[in-house]
Amino acid sequence: MDSPTVAVHEGAHHEHPSYQRHHFVTMDQQRESASFGMWLFLLTEIMFFGGMFTAYLIYRNWYYPAFVAGSHTLSIVLGTTNTAVLITSSFTMAMGVWCAETRKRSGLILSILLTLVLGLVFLGIKSVEYHEKWVQHHVPGLRFDAMTFVHPKAEPGQPVEPGLPLDMAQHTEIYFSLYFAMTGMHALHMIIGMGLLIFMLIKAVQGAYDEGNIAFVENFGLYWHFVDIVWIFLFPLLYLISRHQ
Amino acid sequence: MSEMEAKHGEEHHIVSPKIYVLIALTLLICTALTVGASYLELGPWNAVVALGIAVFKATLVVLFFMHIKYSSKLMKLTVGAGLFTFLALVCMSMSDYISRAWGSF
Repeated sequence: MDSPTVAVHEGAHHEHPSYQRHHFVTMDQQRESASFGMWLFLLTEIMFFGGMFTAYLIYRNWYYPAFVAGSHTLSIVLGTTNTAVLITSSFTMAMGVWCAETRKRSGLILSILLTLVLGLVFLGIKSVEYHEKWVQHHVPGLRFDAMTFVHPKAEPGQPVEPGLPLDMAQHTEIYFSLYFAMTGMHALHMIIGMGLLIFMLIKAVQGAYDEGNIAFVENFGLYWHFVDIVWIFLFPLLYLISRHQ
Repeated sequence: MSEMEAKHGEEHHIVSPKIYVLIALTLLICTALTVGASYLELGPWNAVVALGIAVFKATLVVLFFMHIKYSSKLMKLTVGAGLFTFLALVCMSMSDYISRAWGSF
């Protein structure tokens, strides 16, 4: 850097951290660029999940009784627990970003570990729910029986569901297709996120984030919170809004 | 914070753990509220209440966990543009499906 304007600033450009790329004037600019890029990626993710949410809304309008019956087979207790688990994991990740910003290595490691464990708990509960669907013949394409909605069995401790006409009962398969597509894509994002968490854990233990080079931690935080937001909408749409119909 | 950043005055805002705890608690309370509301018989309002609470929760996550409240105008505009595009696409799709049967009654 030998332009005259820089000279006026008394060599300020020589005092930048080693991880500041030479094409950025300041660290703020570099951070802003990285964060901007991450947000653009998240916008494409909004469009991706948005397509499935729109499909869900349209089919729910068309085959309303089938969607109500399908949604009644989900466990509110498991869904609520998973929502709480995911929100808590978002909190631990936010704390991880704070620890990285204030350069607390052990705090960052603990936050990443807690986020990882909570992510595992979420996927564990999700797989219990998936297994339940398999047992009840509610897996579209692989193991599906529409007759379970024509002649519903009385569940212990719950009122007997009214049966659906056969043609409407067959449309419950669409509900479960969307259920598996949406929760499955969400779970895939969680699995990818947990891979990144393990990578970040190793780097944190090695001290890679001690010098303030924390763009990865910050942007992973954005990703993890985005996955949380997707679930915040999936939970009411799939589990809650048809309780009384 | 390095000295470099201090010189430029635009210090990167660090959100304090207190705010994170407060937001996390609010999110958990809202989850309890939305589950509780789903047990009430509100007819079509069940969906409105559930989605309203979900939008509120998502807004809190974006503003505080994702730091948008403390970010530059560029970031705020980026998030706003994404949200606007998403809503425009959903509204156009839904208005198509809702209005298809018009005139056939």
